[in-house]
Amino acid sequence: MSSAQTFTRHVQQAFKHRSFAAGAVIVLVLVLSAALSLFWTPYPVADIDIPNKLATASAQHWFGTDSLGRDIASLLLVGSQNSLLVGFIAVGIGLGLGVPLGLWASAQRGWVEEVVMRVADFTFAFPALLSAILLTAIYGPGLVVSITAIGIFNIPVFARITRGAANAVWSRDFTLAAKAAGKSKWAITWEHVLPNVASVLIVQATVQFAIAILAEAALSYLGLGTQPPNPSWGRMLNEAQSQMFQAPMLAVYPGIAIALAVLGLNLMGDGLRDLLDPRLSRTR
Amino acid sequence: MTPAHNTPLLSVRNLRVALQTSHGQLEALRGVDFEMQRGETLGLIGESGCGKSLTALAIMGLLPDRATVSGSIALHGSELTQMSEDTLCTLRGARMAMIFQEPMTALNPLHPIWKQIAEPLQLHQGMDLVSAKARALELLDRVQLPRARERLDNYPHQLSGGQRQRVMISMALACQPDILIADEPTTALDVTVQKEVLALIRQLVAEDGMGLLLISHNLGLMRDQVERVMVMYGGAVVESAYTKALFERRLHPYTQGLFAAQPQLGLKRGTRLQTIAGNVPEIFNWPQGCAFADRCAYVKDSCRQALPPIELVPQMAHFKESQETDKPRQLAEHWVRCPEWQKLEAAA
Repeated sequence: MSSAQTFTRHVQQAFKHRSFAAGAVIVLVLVLSAALSLFWTPYPVADIDIPNKLATASAQHWFGTDSLGRDIASLLLVGSQNSLLVGFIAVGIGLGLGVPLGLWASAQRGWVEEVVMRVADFTFAFPALLSAILLTAIYGPGLVVSITAIGIFNIPVFARITRGAANAVWSRDFTLAAKAAGKSKWAITWEHVLPNVASVLIVQATVQFAIAILAEAALSYLGLGTQPPNPSWGRMLNEAQSQMFQAPMLAVYPGIAIALAVLGLNLMGDGLRDLLDPRLSRTR
Repeated sequence: MTPAHNTPLLSVRNLRVALQTSHGQLEALRGVDFEMQRGETLGLIGESGCGKSLTALAIMGLLPDRATVSGSIALHGSELTQMSEDTLCTLRGARMAMIFQEPMTALNPLHPIWKQIAEPLQLHQGMDLVSAKARALELLDRVQLPRARERLDNYPHQLSGGQRQRVMISMALACQPDILIADEPTTALDVTVQKEVLALIRQLVAEDGMGLLLISHNLGLMRDQVERVMVMYGGAVVESAYTKALFERRLHPYTQGLFAAQPQLGLKRGTRLQTIAGNVPEIFNWPQGCAFADRCAYVKDSCRQALPPIELVPQMAHFKESQETDKPRQLAEHWVRCPEWQKLEAAA
């Protein structure tokens, strides 16, 4: 069987898993809308149209307009770029630094492991949002600072989970066999340990992605994240707050967008967990 | 002692391993001595926890970090216990190799088998992927894996236990090591497959003239497989002899118990199998002296105070004569760690 056929078969298999399929569709829509908004939005997002402010949903403005007459649909589309960017970079920082740390701790054991894990515990002692607020207090609010803050919070998450999963792999005989074949710790880490912990990391990455989107929304809502005029779901919520009673739907749309994105990622992560778990996989 | 010009392939002297446990520092190997020449086969027998596998891991330098080693392990005269990890890595898989008990878990489930066989070849012989794959095929043919060419790209889960153990063997033999350590290589396999795999190991060891250290708890298996047997109990070698000699004459009470406890074909229905009275002491309960003291009918006070020394026993006349002359004298020596061996022999 060719590898392309195998791939198709795996995809078909995966989509039989209901929560994975649902999650994947939502995430796909999210990615596609972000991609679409790079080329086209119903209205330019920065266009202010005061006479048309707080319009309700209509054929011209699918989701209505906000207090400055901007098109909500366009804002939501462009806002998705922001969420994806935050998710990718924050998870990237977490994976890029946390995974090597976890692998290192697991390969060295002893005091290295102790130090890395205790530092991770220490970082955990501060709630992520709080440390993000602290960072923005020092470096000033902005997208870059908030992404960095969320990313830093991800490092111990990935370090811990990598080290735990890697320790389990190290206790398996094939790592001993690889040692007996003359492989160094680092070669074994790269060739045997990392591939065997990858599935755990993929699942965790989708979950952290969702958390990052939530965190960015929270920071932007507080005015510490994305700055105007760049649209962000969190900031839309913030701006909607003052019109809560005149135009309640202004808060509902970005709220739904955030909830859907998080739900989709979590469902996908859940599905991946099942699909990548060899104990649960039916056929290969 | 072997003369100096004849450096043994492997020489283990007073090997002691202490493990750091929740019960404190415990001595798990209490001074193991042996020597092995090229082409020699040596069996290590004893029950779980007696230190067989620990001996093997110590030789490979694969002991866990919480273990401390003292004594000497020399391969071709170069001391392994003092070697750096990097130097050891160049020897493992190249000069010495190991086969593990569980072929189910000793292969990485994520790599096709040829890649795993190719690993030591790339590492030690600097082969590129293409020639390593070709060599992997030769090796799989050599270990008689049926339809080897189709199986190269298979993953471990597509093979049976016996086939996986063949793959393990081909990995171990890839670089033609001088010494092969097989740690219960057939325990996880069913009986018919066991026989095939053992025959294969025997054949390959003979062909390459390797030294074989075979670890097992199965007496019957030792009989056909190795020239010399060492019986271990409680972290010490209690008896060691030429295999044929040991099967005729057991001098240590533990060895006698071990042989007596073997079920025999043709026993009358209802005959109770013999057992050794008592239990194997846990390592943190090992007595100061002989670990077998509490289960032994011949125990003396001196046995409890200190580990009795191992004594060289005069050989039976017919063994002296029938020995192959080209084998070093040591191979045929009979050693026993029991001060009462003469009494035991008289009783037996």
